[in-house]
Amino acid sequence: MPDTKIILTGEAIHRGLMRIAYEIAERNSDSHKVAVIGVQTGGIHMTHRLAKQLESIWQHPIPVGLVDVGMHRDDLGKRPNPRLLPTKIPFDITGRTVILVDDVLFSGRTTRAALDALNDFGRAQAIQLAVLIDRGHRELPIKASYIGKNVPTSLQERISVRWKEDEGEDEVRLEKS
Amino acid sequence: MNWNRKHLLDIQSLQPEEIVTVLDTAKAFKAVGERSIKKVPVLRGKTVINLFVEPSTRTRISFELAAQRLSADVINFSAEASSLKKGETLKDTARNLEALNADIIIIRHSATGAPHFLARFLESSVVNAGDGAHEHPTQALLDTFTIREHKGKVEGLNVTILGDILYSRVARSNIWALRKLGANVTLCGPATLVPKVFEQMGCRVVHDFKEAIRDADVINLLRIQHERQRKTMFPSIGEYTSLYGINRSRMNWIKPDALIMHPGPINRGVEIDSAMADGSQSVILDQVTNGLALRMAVLFLVSGGKGPQEIAA
Repeated sequence: MPDTKIILTGEAIHRGLMRIAYEIAERNSDSHKVAVIGVQTGGIHMTHRLAKQLESIWQHPIPVGLVDVGMHRDDLGKRPNPRLLPTKIPFDITGRTVILVDDVLFSGRTTRAALDALNDFGRAQAIQLAVLIDRGHRELPIKASYIGKNVPTSLQERISVRWKEDEGEDEVRLEKS
Repeated sequence: MNWNRKHLLDIQSLQPEEIVTVLDTAKAFKAVGERSIKKVPVLRGKTVINLFVEPSTRTRISFELAAQRLSADVINFSAEASSLKKGETLKDTARNLEALNADIIIIRHSATGAPHFLARFLESSVVNAGDGAHEHPTQALLDTFTIREHKGKVEGLNVTILGDILYSRVARSNIWALRKLGANVTLCGPATLVPKVFEQMGCRVVHDFKEAIRDADVINLLRIQHERQRKTMFPSIGEYTSLYGINRSRMNWIKPDALIMHPGPINRGVEIDSAMADGSQSVILDQVTNGLALRMAVLFLVSGGKGPQEIAA
């Protein structure tokens, strides 16, 4: 059995997302320009929850999208099972402020691929990055704009994010293998 | 299911789950074709070679555009203007292409098993674009994709394949794919072109046209391949059309929601008349669009499905 430590409880996740939503609201005065786009698959639930909270703060609907980075990765052939999922961006991102959402920020390569993928859909006015966990070990000069929790990790450790929608509970675990 | 194949040689050896993986992947690539920027960088720096020893236009163009939309470099090699004409063997030709650091070789050949032969000694990935009367896997996958897209499923559907089954690699690959995904397959055409032996592949063989198409959810018409017939297998084209042609006057013989498919090129007025080929039940041009997405998926999967286990977040 791997050694497991709970680093965020459901309650802490909820509070972290709430804080991120207020930070987004604080930083973006023109709320009508903001859209939220999640990275497949880790960012899906966080995206929907953030969008919901932003809608209740701003009292108007926020465009929501999902982006799959499989066609923009730099490590094809090095990863098993290159599975592609749909990219759904049913609005024009040109001129918008896009909040890109992912659960864990690690090497930064997924984010790099997501930035490239978004480029194919138009020229966003600005892109900001929101993550639930920043675990360090960046291989590219990428920095999150909004962070739920900074978690210093070793490369041998694994971050496991569980969402109520999939696993029945909200929880972030640190697993040592 | 994981895709771990370096080559796509035939449908016969694929697991049903692998077929579904290809179809799902193609769905993602179809969306790329609908954007204003239709190109993704996933095969940037890779070299794809279209080795077409047997002439082809539509399949070659489809593969060529698929490779380009994935940002690969692609060159076309046709038998007529090549060293094969000077007597070079297929093996030497392929080895020479590989010496140019080709990553994927797409081969169309009149001999059954030519792609399998290349795959035995090449380091490159090999994709079968049609080998003799054996298989044409990407055609079957794009047909299955089109059926699933329109009908929402493949399992349990009645699919009738009409025409020249005996000489058709499209028919063979389609039969494998459809049977693996649980469709009921009926074959129909002149007895000389649709022998009973196909029942061994799990199909129903029917020589009565009306009976074959009555319950069909999908009717796939195959082209009469004059070039592949060594001798005349039926008395005349006119007779074929009057017995097995789809035309407007036979519209009420088929289900109102039956899909009409054709791998192309159509012999208008032979297998099908214009009213039906261009009618609302025809998905013939959808097949062309889907073929591009499907071939992008195949090139992507054979490039990526061979890596060591390595996970990065």
